[in-house]
Amino acid sequence: MTARLQVVRAGALTTVQDAGRAGYAHLGVPRAGALDAPARELANRLAGNPPDAAVLETTLTGCAVRPTEAVTAVVGGAPCRVTVDGRPAPWGAPVLVPAGAVLEAHRAQHGVRSYLAFGGGLCPEPVLGSRSADLLSGLGPAPLRDGDALPLGAPTGRTPVPGADTAPWPGIPGSLVLPVRPGPRHDWFTPAALRTLATAGYRVSPHSNRIGLRTEGPALERARHGELPSEGVVLGSVQVPPDGRPVIFLNDHPTTGGYPVIGVVPEQSLAAAAQAAPGTALRFTLPAPLSG
Amino acid sequence: MLPAGRHGLLVELPTGAAAEAFHAELLRRRGLGSLPAVREIVPGARTVLLDGIADGSPGAPERLARALGSWRIPPLPRDAGPAVEVPVVYDGPDLADVAALWGVGPGDVARIHSGIEFRVAFSGFAPGFGYLTGLPEHFQVPRRTTPRTRVPAGSLALAGPYTGVYPRASPGGWQLIGRTPDPECLWNQDRDPAALLTPGTRVRFMETPERHRAAGTRTGEAAP
Repeated sequence: MTARLQVVRAGALTTVQDAGRAGYAHLGVPRAGALDAPARELANRLAGNPPDAAVLETTLTGCAVRPTEAVTAVVGGAPCRVTVDGRPAPWGAPVLVPAGAVLEAHRAQHGVRSYLAFGGGLCPEPVLGSRSADLLSGLGPAPLRDGDALPLGAPTGRTPVPGADTAPWPGIPGSLVLPVRPGPRHDWFTPAALRTLATAGYRVSPHSNRIGLRTEGPALERARHGELPSEGVVLGSVQVPPDGRPVIFLNDHPTTGGYPVIGVVPEQSLAAAAQAAPGTALRFTLPAPLSG
Repeated sequence: MLPAGRHGLLVELPTGAAAEAFHAELLRRRGLGSLPAVREIVPGARTVLLDGIADGSPGAPERLARALGSWRIPPLPRDAGPAVEVPVVYDGPDLADVAALWGVGPGDVARIHSGIEFRVAFSGFAPGFGYLTGLPEHFQVPRRTTPRTRVPAGSLALAGPYTGVYPRASPGGWQLIGRTPDPECLWNQDRDPAALLTPGTRVRFMETPERHRAAGTRTGEAAP
């Protein structure tokens, strides 16, 4: 019988995520996938998996699961207390979870999203080539609920990497700095708005989710009013809705949108954005000619 | 041509028709293998987004941008692209309002609407939701002043220059003039392509009696 993972405590929002489903944006299908991709990859490597194996992504409050068969697990991403049947276990390193024991990733001590990788990976039915849950369109496995069960893949037979010291985890910074490349619609904003974006202090809004990192701070003033005809948007787009507060599009973002995009945050900066808790101080940096 | 991140280009066209022609030309050249690797080609109302251009290859978007500038884009032939027929019952809750806006009787809406050949200009909003162009300008209607919190799956709707069919229940502010009896035909994640109404597809709505549950059928060439 296939090994399964029983969900004992689903937490605030825990989803299955892999590398996502690229190549379907023209059908209106978001990319999805783990928001902190480097954390997903490292947890998988430590568990002896290929980097794109499906893992669990938690949100602030962690989760607890019980495998029906013994499995190697790694809890990484946002640092948190880890227990197996209530006994302390290492974070960021392989842990052998006996059959029927409860592995718990507790509330995140810093950051937002912890990642739970299991030897063999999670194996719910793929949709359009991915096992990722997509919260905007509802594709892929639904967010976990208490009592759910998820199929586990057969372990790869690769040796898990022992010891977190062989693979250091990046720390979670106390404040967030996001570089922005202007465009495609920065000319829809006043020069003052671009200066504001480059110099003002923002905070991460509690309304942030997998679709976008919403911000609190000064509104960006539009130079052009009227409606922008819907156009394709890329991951990391900084879209400015009518309230003027920038939203950074994360993996579940809509594929087309009708509000102007003032700039784009490069993909490698988005893992830090995904780990920025509500209230975190946020600054944007722009290339010199536009920030002066 | 506007930059959209390090690996993206947003190509702006003067009209929606030019955007559709440019999109068709991109697909044609990709089919011939004469386009550099691009992860996503996403048409918009007056734009086409190219994203993930030759991932990791420095300068690739700039090189592609220069090449695109020299392209000659043939106008889109009227019958280009695959065609689908979508069965529809014209009995939507906004049918009388739309008839009044058009200045015709409620029965005429079905006759007029089903006589138009539409084309999927772009997608978005939800997987499989296509923005269909083709409605003559004098038939364009505004969105409802109060959006509905729940529009049933399969609803056939109008707003501005567009017609669309909701693949699944969702909130929505468009005017509902009918429904397809078989909403499952619009999106099937086990089918390739999963969406019935992919960008570039020609669409006709076939007025159908309530009890007739025919699936949308695809004819002509393979989907883009």
